[in-house]
Amino acid sequence: MKFFLQNVINAVQWGSFYSLIAIGYSMVYSILMLFNFAHGDIFMVGAYIGFGITTLIIGICAASAIVLPNWLILTLIIIISMFLTSFVGMFVERVAYRPLRAAPRASAAITGLMIGIVFETVILAMLGAKRVSFPALIPAITFNVGGVFITNQKIIIVLVSLGLMFALHQFIKRTKWGMAMRAMSFDFVVVPLMGVSINTMAALTFAIGSALASAAGILYGIAYPVLDPYMGIKYGWMAFVAAILGGRGSVMGAALAGFLLGFIQIFVAMIFPSTLRDLIAFSIIIVILTIRPHGFFGEAYSARLRL
Amino acid sequence: MSLLLIEKMTHFFGGLRAVHNYDLEINTGQLRGLIGPNGAGKTTIFNLITGIYKPAEGKIFLDDRSIVGLQPHQIASEGIGRTFQNLRLWRHMTVLEHVKMARYSKLTYGLIGAFFGTRKRRKEEAENEEKAYHLLDMLGIRHLADQIVTNLPYGAQRRVEMARALTIDPKILFLDEPTAGMNPEELIEMMEIIRQINKELGLAIFLIEHRMKVVMELCERIQALVFGEVIAEGTPEEIQNNPGVIDAYLGKETVG
Repeated sequence: MKFFLQNVINAVQWGSFYSLIAIGYSMVYSILMLFNFAHGDIFMVGAYIGFGITTLIIGICAASAIVLPNWLILTLIIIISMFLTSFVGMFVERVAYRPLRAAPRASAAITGLMIGIVFETVILAMLGAKRVSFPALIPAITFNVGGVFITNQKIIIVLVSLGLMFALHQFIKRTKWGMAMRAMSFDFVVVPLMGVSINTMAALTFAIGSALASAAGILYGIAYPVLDPYMGIKYGWMAFVAAILGGRGSVMGAALAGFLLGFIQIFVAMIFPSTLRDLIAFSIIIVILTIRPHGFFGEAYSARLRL
Repeated sequence: MSLLLIEKMTHFFGGLRAVHNYDLEINTGQLRGLIGPNGAGKTTIFNLITGIYKPAEGKIFLDDRSIVGLQPHQIASEGIGRTFQNLRLWRHMTVLEHVKMARYSKLTYGLIGAFFGTRKRRKEEAENEEKAYHLLDMLGIRHLADQIVTNLPYGAQRRVEMARALTIDPKILFLDEPTAGMNPEELIEMMEIIRQINKELGLAIFLIEHRMKVVMELCERIQALVFGEVIAEGTPEEIQNNPGVIDAYLGKETVG
């Protein structure tokens, strides 16, 4: 039982990373009907931006002998990194996707993959192939709750993730931009006729998705303080699977499926040898998708928009 | 001064000339019709004016301002509202949400207002809702405000689309086959609504219609379009008796 609960906690933490990244895939898909295949690498760039900001803030504090509490530093890092990474997302939208909006979807997908490679190469060229280690921000404190070990880091990771998801949910539900996003997800051709610019909405959607990916990158850096330029591929594809599993275009579906994917992976590794983890985990997902091809919250409808 | 003025608008799809030297002049409060066989280019003309396609040649003025080359959302803000031939509603959004969404560009509150419920937001939202309900009343769908649109009968969905188009406070309303797929009862109601919008709001209306009864009863002037060219323009009587129009619809008379 203790072993089981321990794994639940680990699964929730993994699920948080997947969910935050998967939301970005899903949001972009829901309004533009394309998967942003550069998103995994935006997560990677976001993590590196977080790394840069962390180093900078710690450096400034050390140089000027200001002692800031750790939670304040972490909050600053997350906010600044999310802000900066949102521009990376808007840049990708502007450069890679906007010129191809009328082009076949395959062209946009290929461009996305290429942008991802460009990001990886830029980071490689700037920082070298060496992995960088994320500065330890929060000294780990382990709580022993009835034999189950919980670190304060895990609690922070899960709480920050859930907080961001809640904020996004409120944003979609309560603001005019959120309403426009929902409308676009049903039929985006009509939205400009209400005086709403598709370009503005696309940029905003990429910005939000990228900001969340950046938060995921920093939280990942707290849990596993090693960053490498190819991390975006691995976790990006996992999150992509979560977005498909949740139902193309369903933001909350993507968030839930992210957690589900975390659970499947962790529990498979709990029962089977960990070398078989992804083999078995993804076999389970293939079975789920065979039964529910549209994912959990996806809708079976023609994605072809016509005038 | 005319409200909408189009001069020599021409457009091609590949090598096909879809619209050729199209002219139109509509004044405030006018109710105008566009008829023509399938594939004549009627919807293309709507798409050209509303900015979904950019005309290859020609001029379009709304209130003496050129709108050629503007983005669809800018043209909408300039004052052209529109409905579609095959309904384009947002499945799973309620009727009220449709109308509120259409007032998007009129809402000016920011992020902080949205999250913390400032006075400005409350005031704007209240105004927005009042305006929305007023329109729903006018179209007789107020009692459906909280219904998801996919659950509504076809006639009601058409009214929602019209309410949405009216919400942006257009100067002119384009209706693409507003009575398509309606039963006779819904048809008569819809014609009444179109007349009412035209009279009460003093709004210019330009409509595409297949049913002759509807166009002939509603419109003061009608254009007949065949293969992208206007072959006749005039009052309903003139159009009904125009040999070219009769040919286009019934085929040429052959001497037997």
